[in-house]
Amino acid sequence: MRYEAPETVDKAVALLASMGRKARVLAGGTDLLVQLRAGVVEPEMMIDIKKIAELRSIAREAGGFRIGAAVAGAEIREHADLRKAWPGICEAANLIGSTQIQGRASMGGNLCNASPAADSVPALIAAGAKVTVVGPAGRREVPVESIATGPGKTSLADGEFVVSFLLPPRPAHASDAYLRFIPRTEMDIAVVGAGVNVTLDAKGVVSAARVSLGAVAPTALVVEDAAKALIGTKGEAAALDALAKAASAACRPIDDKRGTKEFRIQVAGVIARRTAAKALERARKV
Amino acid sequence: MAEATTAPAKRKLKWVGKRAPRPDGVDKVTGRAKFGADLFMSGQLVGKVLRSTLPHARIKSIDISKALALPGVKAIVTRDDFQDMASEFVPAGEMMINYKDVVRNIMAREKVLYEGHPVAAVAATNAAVARQALKLIKVEYEVLPHVIDVDEAMKPGAPLLHEDMITQGVEPAPTKPSNVAKRVQFAVGDIEAGFKKADVIVEREYHTQPVHQGYIEPHACIASVSEDGQADLWVTTQGHYVVRAHCARLLGWDISKLRVTASEIGGGFGGKTVVYLEPVALALAKKAQRPVKMVMTREEVFRASGPAPGAWVKVKIGATKDGRITAAEATMAYQAGAFQGSPVQMGCMCAFAPYDLENVKTVGFDVVTNRPKVAAYRAPGAPISEYAVECALDELADQLKIDPLDLRLKNAAKEGTRAVYGPKFGPIGMVETLEAAKNHAHYTAKLGPNQGRGVASGFWFNIGGETCASINVNEDGTVSLIIGTPDIGGSRASHAQMTAESLGIDLSKVRTIIADTSMLGYTFLTGGSRATFAGGMAANQAAGDVIKQLCSRAAKIWEIPEDAVAYEDGFVKPAGANAGKFPALSIADIAKKAGKTGGPIVGHAQINAQGAGPSLGTHIVDVEVDKETGRVSVLRYTVIQDAGKAVHPSYVEGQFQGGAVQGIGWALSEEYIYGADGRMQNAGFLDYRMPVASDVPMIDTVIVEVPNPRHPYGVRGIGETPIVPPMAAIANAIGHALGTRLYELPMSPPKVLKAIGQNEAKGQGRGH
Amino acid sequence: MSKHHVTTTINGDPVEYLCEVEQTLLDVLRDDLLMTGSKEGCASGDCGACSVTIDGRLVCSCLVLGVEAEGRRIETIEGMAKGDALHPLQQKFLDHAALQCGVCTPGFLVAAKSLLERNPNPTETEARYWLAGNLCRCTGYDKIIRAVLDAAAEMRRS
Repeated sequence: MRYEAPETVDKAVALLASMGRKARVLAGGTDLLVQLRAGVVEPEMMIDIKKIAELRSIAREAGGFRIGAAVAGAEIREHADLRKAWPGICEAANLIGSTQIQGRASMGGNLCNASPAADSVPALIAAGAKVTVVGPAGRREVPVESIATGPGKTSLADGEFVVSFLLPPRPAHASDAYLRFIPRTEMDIAVVGAGVNVTLDAKGVVSAARVSLGAVAPTALVVEDAAKALIGTKGEAAALDALAKAASAACRPIDDKRGTKEFRIQVAGVIARRTAAKALERARKV
Repeated sequence: MAEATTAPAKRKLKWVGKRAPRPDGVDKVTGRAKFGADLFMSGQLVGKVLRSTLPHARIKSIDISKALALPGVKAIVTRDDFQDMASEFVPAGEMMINYKDVVRNIMAREKVLYEGHPVAAVAATNAAVARQALKLIKVEYEVLPHVIDVDEAMKPGAPLLHEDMITQGVEPAPTKPSNVAKRVQFAVGDIEAGFKKADVIVEREYHTQPVHQGYIEPHACIASVSEDGQADLWVTTQGHYVVRAHCARLLGWDISKLRVTASEIGGGFGGKTVVYLEPVALALAKKAQRPVKMVMTREEVFRASGPAPGAWVKVKIGATKDGRITAAEATMAYQAGAFQGSPVQMGCMCAFAPYDLENVKTVGFDVVTNRPKVAAYRAPGAPISEYAVECALDELADQLKIDPLDLRLKNAAKEGTRAVYGPKFGPIGMVETLEAAKNHAHYTAKLGPNQGRGVASGFWFNIGGETCASINVNEDGTVSLIIGTPDIGGSRASHAQMTAESLGIDLSKVRTIIADTSMLGYTFLTGGSRATFAGGMAANQAAGDVIKQLCSRAAKIWEIPEDAVAYEDGFVKPAGANAGKFPALSIADIAKKAGKTGGPIVGHAQINAQGAGPSLGTHIVDVEVDKETGRVSVLRYTVIQDAGKAVHPSYVEGQFQGGAVQGIGWALSEEYIYGADGRMQNAGFLDYRMPVASDVPMIDTVIVEVPNPRHPYGVRGIGETPIVPPMAAIANAIGHALGTRLYELPMSPPKVLKAIGQNEAKGQGRGH
Repeated sequence: MSKHHVTTTINGDPVEYLCEVEQTLLDVLRDDLLMTGSKEGCASGDCGACSVTIDGRLVCSCLVLGVEAEGRRIETIEGMAKGDALHPLQQKFLDHAALQCGVCTPGFLVAAKSLLERNPNPTETEARYWLAGNLCRCTGYDKIIRAVLDAAAEMRRS
């Protein structure tokens, strides 16, 4: 196996193009190295993208934030401005594994590993984040929800990789939250995850909302009915109940070692409601 | 002359009971301590095991030719490299193993019986070559139907693991083979008559899942065999003498040829009392004539070692209105894994052991299934049956409207109570722990909404067994204590403390060393909560031997009779005015002259320690249930247990706390999950959910001391009892928080949420 | 090209080694540099026994490739004591009996040191969550958490 650590996006693209599927992109490595050890993947080349400055930085852009795909969860947590504007994104990135994992794991990796239970993905989807993808044909910017197409599968073409995420500007009275259900308090993969992003008008009425659920379908879901249940309300109990109902209704989960179908459907509503309540509370304060 | 073997307990203790520094402590906080995988030998090879991915199949052929031809491959072993062995049961920890099965468990012969079963092993120059070689070994299988579940395995027509297995303990003997290896029964009194006297009867069925010991250090060893057949093995184990015995038998070697050194051990909890890699590494090392190091991956640990059994237990308890139990019955089936030998017998013995009952009957079935063979796990067998009994007792208390501790007090076993399995108890601490629980602030603290409190008690026998100790008195009067039980959690400290106490010298003058198997006679393993108990007994006797020799040397120096000297606090003095006037001689004074008075002074003891007193405990736990998700949080936890005498209170507390948290995992989140294909789906720490630091609160402890009269310092083993009560205590707490009970472990969120849903549905049905 | 040449700094000392791409930093530390203080409990980042810091950031060395250490600053358990003076955390682990078998101890110490560098006054909950990636099967965590909080208090005093 070869190891390359290109310092520019162009060099990475060229390497990836030359190796095709025989290469794997290494960001934090917290999923990839486990797969490598288990013999699940046997690449001929590891392309470490962490030496590319663009992939490792968090910067203001167009009133929002651009977050490099290989920025580690801990670095996201430590970015005060980002945390203030997008607390939900930060808490989701912070739930990817232990403190040690957060020292390495990136949102780019979390997205491209394409686990239905990826914590940062519902938060990013709820945020309306865009992802910049680069490949032999150049750059394209697409919604986060268009990347994962099924467990372990992405829409990335051969030779493409994710460069960064773009979070939109924050209007007043807007905030987000991410909560998940796990059997323990830490170290588990989400059984249900919910990202909720809300904007309130001056009177405290929800003017915009996005709700996304993880671990309840082959990919993270955008639950428009749940968002609709909030819009035009002040987030009263009835609205939250309607949101919960919509969230449960949207689930298409499986029975597995982490939870039963029935359980996931029921708890998805609960977690969606709790997440929405948290996002609303935050939005009222900013 | 002083009698060190009996006197110390009566005088004021200087070292026993102190929170003394731990001899291996600094090495363990600096990374210097060497564990199983930490030794390297020049020229060492890497050994790897090819394991079955099928749960049940007949091996038609194994072709190793391509793997052998791979450059860098130095040796391969398969079933052909191990002689078949006849049926012979020998102790392994508190459990028994059969050599006929062990030889098949370390390397499959006729069939693979579980996913993870070793089929071949390779020694190669590095791990990559070894892994590649495993892929080149061709095994032809005839796939057989498998059975994972105990109930399924007991049904007529279930796939048979062993075509010749006839259930033992059944009269007349069955004519057809089955997966039930054995039926055991213990009974006293007349349960039918007892149940007739009962005003209230609780009858329930409980289910538990297998759980792994979960030691953080995987199995590891390094073996070296020289051309003349002399062999060395470095291994992480709870008993290196036991490893030596098993390996020598399995390989047909003289015991004297094999020296086994116990590395520092990174947790065992019973799981490191049997052999897996060790005989294979030795066989490979002999074949390759190079040292071979083998280390299991975590996945291998889960798929092929441990666990404790899963089981079902049916309990029936009857009592009069005032809470006196009139009859108690339990029937249980434990899954043994691929080979017979689950701890069901101990489950039967312990089930009602904390109680003084007239009419008791327990029946157990030992059932084989296509899972890894179970191994001892902390009080093997007891946590399962006692979980069921302690839950049923709690329901009985609810129905009788009696405080659950009072119900237990009313029926508590005490000195003189005859256990269902035979002997009469000496002094035991059941009543004392129950009273301490009642008086503990925790028991009457206020609970909030969705919170519940539960209590449960637990019993474990504890064992003694063969133990050697030597004390070398060094030239400067310091002493080296050589002991044969691996130190799994501080026993070197407690052994040093007891030795310093017995010799009346400063603790800093004693250094404890764990012997390799060539340095001392056979010493049984660290298990059964015996190391501090039996090692302390042996060390104390060896100290007595030292004292005797010191007195004799002083008498020689003074030229007076030996009975005219006395030993006190590290000094030999003339016994009285008549003996003559001599300045007291310190150990150092005598040691300095040892060459001139008869040679080095070495005290020794070889004993079969008897009189291990049972340890009883009572736990109190508060939980909060998230009624929307079924998630249970443990809010407060108190362990109260009889230690006899706590030699090192910090490590006694540590055992209480560690056992409680393992129990929390067993109760709430740990389980083996199998797919329909007979393969384990959660063979890793990610999905085998052991409690993490944020899952648990501080664990309060109360050390009760009801001295064990059979031990010089009153010691009882304490390591195992702490895992017995948690599952029932937590189940009872959840029951009280919800107003409905769960009868199955683990009480994971989906099960709790389902129970809440069913209870609400029932409630609505009644209400409307 | 099979092996990579890596120049790095470990516990303040310049270190060079050759490694295969497949080798993790933990493999290099243990098998090539014979620094066995970092332990392998799972090789999947779930137990924390192999915790080290890279440029001051806490990671599992089983989830880092050996080649990634090029030009970085690695700290391991072996570098925690200075001369014959134990780090306050090491001393408090001994004082509180925060270890039984001791195999998880190096990982806990490295992780706890990283916590106290960022948060000199953690609450019990903060300490528990920071250390949730370090599994201990012996102690039930009680004495470990007490030792960390006590060490934090002592370090704040001095």
